[in-house]
Amino acid sequence: MEDLGLREETMIINMGPQHPSTHGVLRMVLALDGEYVVSCRPVIGYLHTGIEKNTEYRTWQQGVTFVTRADYLSPFFNETAYCLAVERLLGIEAPPRAQVIRVMVMELNRIASHLVWLATTGLELGAISMMLYGLREREEILRIFEMVTGLRLNHAYVRVGGLSMDLPDGAVDRVRAFLKLMPGRIHEYQELLSGSPIWRQRTVGIGSVSPEDMLALGVTGPMMRAAGVSWDLRKEEPYCGYETYDFEVPLREAGDCFARYEVRLEEMRQSLRIVEQCLDRLTPGPWVRTASAIPWSTSSTSWRSRWRP
Amino acid sequence: MDTPALAQRLAQRFPEVLEARGEVTITVEADELAQALLHLRDEPDLSFRFLSDVTCTDWPGLDPRYWLAYHLLSTEHRQRVRVKVGLPPEPDPPRVASAVPLFPTANWLEREVFDFYGVVFEGHPDLRRIEMPEDWVGHPLRKDHPLAGVNTQYKGAFIPPPDRRGL
Amino acid sequence: MPVQRLPGTRLGGTDGPGVDEEQEARRGVLLTTLGRAVAWARKNSMWPATFGLACCAIEMMATGAADYDLSRWGMEIFRASPRQADLMIVAGRVSQKMGPVLRRIYDQMPEPKWVISMGVCASTGGMFNNYGLIQGVDTIVPVDIYVPGCPPRPEMLMYGILRLHAKVQREARIK
Ligand code: SF4
Repeated sequence: MEDLGLREETMIINMGPQHPSTHGVLRMVLALDGEYVVSCRPVIGYLHTGIEKNTEYRTWQQGVTFVTRADYLSPFFNETAYCLAVERLLGIEAPPRAQVIRVMVMELNRIASHLVWLATTGLELGAISMMLYGLREREEILRIFEMVTGLRLNHAYVRVGGLSMDLPDGAVDRVRAFLKLMPGRIHEYQELLSGSPIWRQRTVGIGSVSPEDMLALGVTGPMMRAAGVSWDLRKEEPYCGYETYDFEVPLREAGDCFARYEVRLEEMRQSLRIVEQCLDRLTPGPWVRTASAIPWSTSSTSWRSRWRP
Repeated sequence: MDTPALAQRLAQRFPEVLEARGEVTITVEADELAQALLHLRDEPDLSFRFLSDVTCTDWPGLDPRYWLAYHLLSTEHRQRVRVKVGLPPEPDPPRVASAVPLFPTANWLEREVFDFYGVVFEGHPDLRRIEMPEDWVGHPLRKDHPLAGVNTQYKGAFIPPPDRRGL
Repeated sequence: MPVQRLPGTRLGGTDGPGVDEEQEARRGVLLTTLGRAVAWARKNSMWPATFGLACCAIEMMATGAADYDLSRWGMEIFRASPRQADLMIVAGRVSQKMGPVLRRIYDQMPEPKWVISMGVCASTGGMFNNYGLIQGVDTIVPVDIYVPGCPPRPEMLMYGILRLHAKVQREARIK
């Protein structure tokens, strides 16, 4: 380089906050050396909504409506986490039927959330068909959610002390039909992607992080499990009766993008297993705890009997 | 080690340990914070190597006014612990030592607390606002900050709170 | 010269019964029909710019995907660059930090351009009446169509788009 009279120089590029490949609003200040990224400084805060401040002015029960919008890809997890915390403060527990339904909608939600990940990642890496397939199956799950809660997103279905309403007639059959459909579809994704040279070149060995760095940087979830750390709250600190369900925590060692993809695919299969067990243990009973601590009633649900999706 | 055992173990080192609702909370003085976190991280029978959250609460009119809370997790022993630090209303802004040298993940978490509550973390490598625009004035999650009614960044427009919009 | 519309003028077609073409042109008839043709072309190939911000963006994605299929109206290509787009769908909540960015992107879009404000957050701030959000994107950019809902269903967004199409077509006629 030196003798040619050229200087090595990095170029600073601003990527985002409005960029086609940032699904969400993230800005990155990149230093590039040719095609290599030398450093990356993320800038966040473009979606700061002030949910915390709003909930300060609301009752505990109204808070559900706010937290469900915090992560719009997995609303049921937000709601359940929030409600479990409030229930712990109140010293109450939701009735068994509510617990089972919570687990069921959460696991369906996990599949829907992973599908969005798979679809958009496929889109970014050039597999547009993956985008179409992923959102097609997600639509099936959203239809179930709409039938159960009345909304496609932002349900506010899980409430402090239980649920806002019971499952409607026919919901169980609908979920069973979905359980039949989905394994074949997941197999299809795997057939489509796992062997594809383009997919492999862009994921294998890319973005690997060691388990120690994961711990130090506070990374959890499928990313951590893809690096070989077995840490799944459903096993380690079970809630909603997860300890009684039979499922496995998928693990990979490599810690790269491909390992994360495999972990997520496998998690979808495990979620289907859990949903199936939920359906089997649904027994009639109350779906909300009537405690003096929760001053709201569920008696005005007569509209449900008239409503058909 | 279950929760009461953990509380007992911690009581050997820390004077103020509280066990409530299955959670263990330690209260320390501001100048002991770094020492306490180091102890929790490096003792082999504790090894809280994962900092899951740093957050703050504001109690106007009280002393201490701000309560910082550090949430630690030990993946080896499957335990969680909360470390709380009280900060007085004076001087404003309150100051405390940064935990970034011990836990790299504290970087963004402390920036968030600084942004929302105005707590200054001494020794933080890059203490800037993280969620609000860089030239924002005030710390929105302090209790004396109004819920709505703010100047927008765009051309100095003022958006009144909903009840005064005259819609 | 003020444009005047002749009652019963036919679009295209050279064999108008008894009306001299040159005379028609002088009255501005050709101009209006050209305007209508342009509007028709514009309306049928709108290129939206992606401006997804929160939950509503997910519904916008769903609208573009297989089940709802925006390509039925020639809009399947969400342009990554605002310079190639003529429709901005503001889908979701606009934070104080995002406001200036949004305005810049709007300014980068070539004329003519339209804005759809999708969801109550974009339209009024919605349930988040707080310091963090811009209370209505119409304080920054002019909005043509408001789509209510939290989130609006894909059908609602499509209806909003169709209303915008009708508006675009009509705009040309009054010119
Ligand atoms: S209007 Fe509702 S769905 Fe849309 S961004 Fe706002 S909170 Fe989300």
